[in-house]
Amino acid sequence: MKLLHLGNFPLDNRRLIGALFLTPALLYIVLLVGFPFVLSIAFGFSDVTVGNTDLSFVGFRNFLAVWENDIFRQVFETTIRFTLISQVFILIFANILAVIFTQEFTGKWFARFVFILPWATPVSLAMIGWLWMLDTKYSPIDYLLLQLGLLGRGGLLSDNRNLFWLAAPDLAQISVIFVQVWRMTPLATVILMAGLSSIPTDILDQAEVDGSRFMRTLLQIKLPLILPIMVIALLFSMITMFGDMTVVYVLTRGGPVDYTRVLGLYSFQVGIEGGNLAQGAAISLFAFPLLLAMAIFMLRTASRAEVR
Amino acid sequence: MNALGFVLTNFWALLVLAFLGLVGLRIVWRVRKFGATRRELRHVLRRSPFYFVVLVFCFFAAAPFLIMFLHTFKTDGDLYRRPQPFVYRQEPTLEHLDALFTNTAYLDFIRNSVLVGVAVVIITLLLSLPAAYALARLTGRWGERAGILMFLVYLVPPTLLFIPMFRIVVLLGLKDSPLSLIVVYPSFTVPFSMWLLQGFFKAVPPELEEAALVDGYNRVEAFLRVVLPLSLPGIISTVVFTFTLTLHEFIYGLVFIADTSQRTLSVGVPTELILGDVYFWQPLLAAALIIAIPVGLAYNLFLDSLVQGFTMGAVKG
Repeated sequence: MKLLHLGNFPLDNRRLIGALFLTPALLYIVLLVGFPFVLSIAFGFSDVTVGNTDLSFVGFRNFLAVWENDIFRQVFETTIRFTLISQVFILIFANILAVIFTQEFTGKWFARFVFILPWATPVSLAMIGWLWMLDTKYSPIDYLLLQLGLLGRGGLLSDNRNLFWLAAPDLAQISVIFVQVWRMTPLATVILMAGLSSIPTDILDQAEVDGSRFMRTLLQIKLPLILPIMVIALLFSMITMFGDMTVVYVLTRGGPVDYTRVLGLYSFQVGIEGGNLAQGAAISLFAFPLLLAMAIFMLRTASRAEVR
Repeated sequence: MNALGFVLTNFWALLVLAFLGLVGLRIVWRVRKFGATRRELRHVLRRSPFYFVVLVFCFFAAAPFLIMFLHTFKTDGDLYRRPQPFVYRQEPTLEHLDALFTNTAYLDFIRNSVLVGVAVVIITLLLSLPAAYALARLTGRWGERAGILMFLVYLVPPTLLFIPMFRIVVLLGLKDSPLSLIVVYPSFTVPFSMWLLQGFFKAVPPELEEAALVDGYNRVEAFLRVVLPLSLPGIISTVVFTFTLTLHEFIYGLVFIADTSQRTLSVGVPTELILGDVYFWQPLLAAALIIAIPVGLAYNLFLDSLVQGFTMGAVKG
């Protein structure tokens, strides 16, 4: 018989204490995330509505109905397009800003405060600011362009005095992407800052001894070293953005027509506002395979980083 | 009001003046320290593009908040009639700020948000402090798996779960009560703070706990009396970020609570201060700014600590 190595007092037993410490949190999460998730799948296969509470099984009917719906196709495509385009800009800006904010300079504290504001402000409140900035009639951006002669009679951009940021299809999409980049760049930057500051100093010292200048150190040492963390930052903000509905809820409610409607908002409009819980659940479940793929990719990258 | 009026009517001039003044002071300081040499001049010239880039980014980040500030004190005439958004042509007024606090449910929103935030922080700490310690020190491979699972759970967006959650909230009879948010919010704050706390716990040298064990403490005592006090700064920053996560949350708050007086800030302000198509712009913008500034300050204050937690959590200890 093999003897387990146990402490002589229960409170000294690592395994026992570990299990005791971990269980409440795990239980809470399983109850509050696992259970609703299973319920969500059950909803997807049922005909539940706000009024009708009993779950009768209807097979794949909801998923088929959703998939064959032209609006859903467009919503799905819009969501993916918004997510991918915004990530390109987020990644570029976050890299620049992470390099800036891991250096010492005068006024850094204040600059960092200003630059963090878009991320610190609750999204829905920050969107109120943008709602005014992009207002159809009173937009301060339009006012500036008007003063510069780019708007108004004979203006380069438009003869009109306004660009109608949130009312014109193309501009509404551009506005939403811009605002997403604006609010999510700080988060990606902070993750990259963590990466940059975790590079062992002896590597950088060695590079300096070997005569490597700023740009060379950055491009050939720092960036390759934080590549795995960059992937994490990227996927982090992709997943956030993919599931977000707050920005479009406040700015456009999905309009004009369907041009800025994203998956989360559509599922809210069908499931809660329209009262069709089953179809709403089916719509949001379509996001799951993509999210799962992103998460697995992320974890594999992260674990590869750990091995090194 | 007079001082505020002066600042507002001369806003841009004062801003530029303050900026130039600070730059001037800085240059004078450098010159007194290093002398007005050619090398010093070259240094200033070489650094200025860097500062220019910082300034451009700052401007983009700050633009909506500047506008919020400038518009809060405008009279309706100044705001809507032949608008010139960047300057004051009429005397600034506190009337709209006053209206925000007296005529709207803004104070209710603040109270609800604080109530929910504090309750969620307490639940989150009770659950995640021991769990994070277990992940950092006590458990082996399966603990690591549990940690990865937690991380994955944090990535599940509320848009995937709000429909079944809504059903559950209705069944529990919690609809239209902030209690529903207090129950549901830990589903994302617990994984988040576990992940962060685990990083801070790993930063505590294990030798200190071993010394405590040798001195006759048991594991639990060692955790309570040695590890917790030593990671207090990390715990405080976890509290700050957990609180703000609850402040940010929008979807659950929107779906679970329809009663105006029970809504939280993030939902109440954009839905209840807009009546149909009527926007009360000055109070709206003020309501957003009043929350943005303190949260921004808190983030900036605890950012270094957050970065450290991220790093320690990501790098295997």
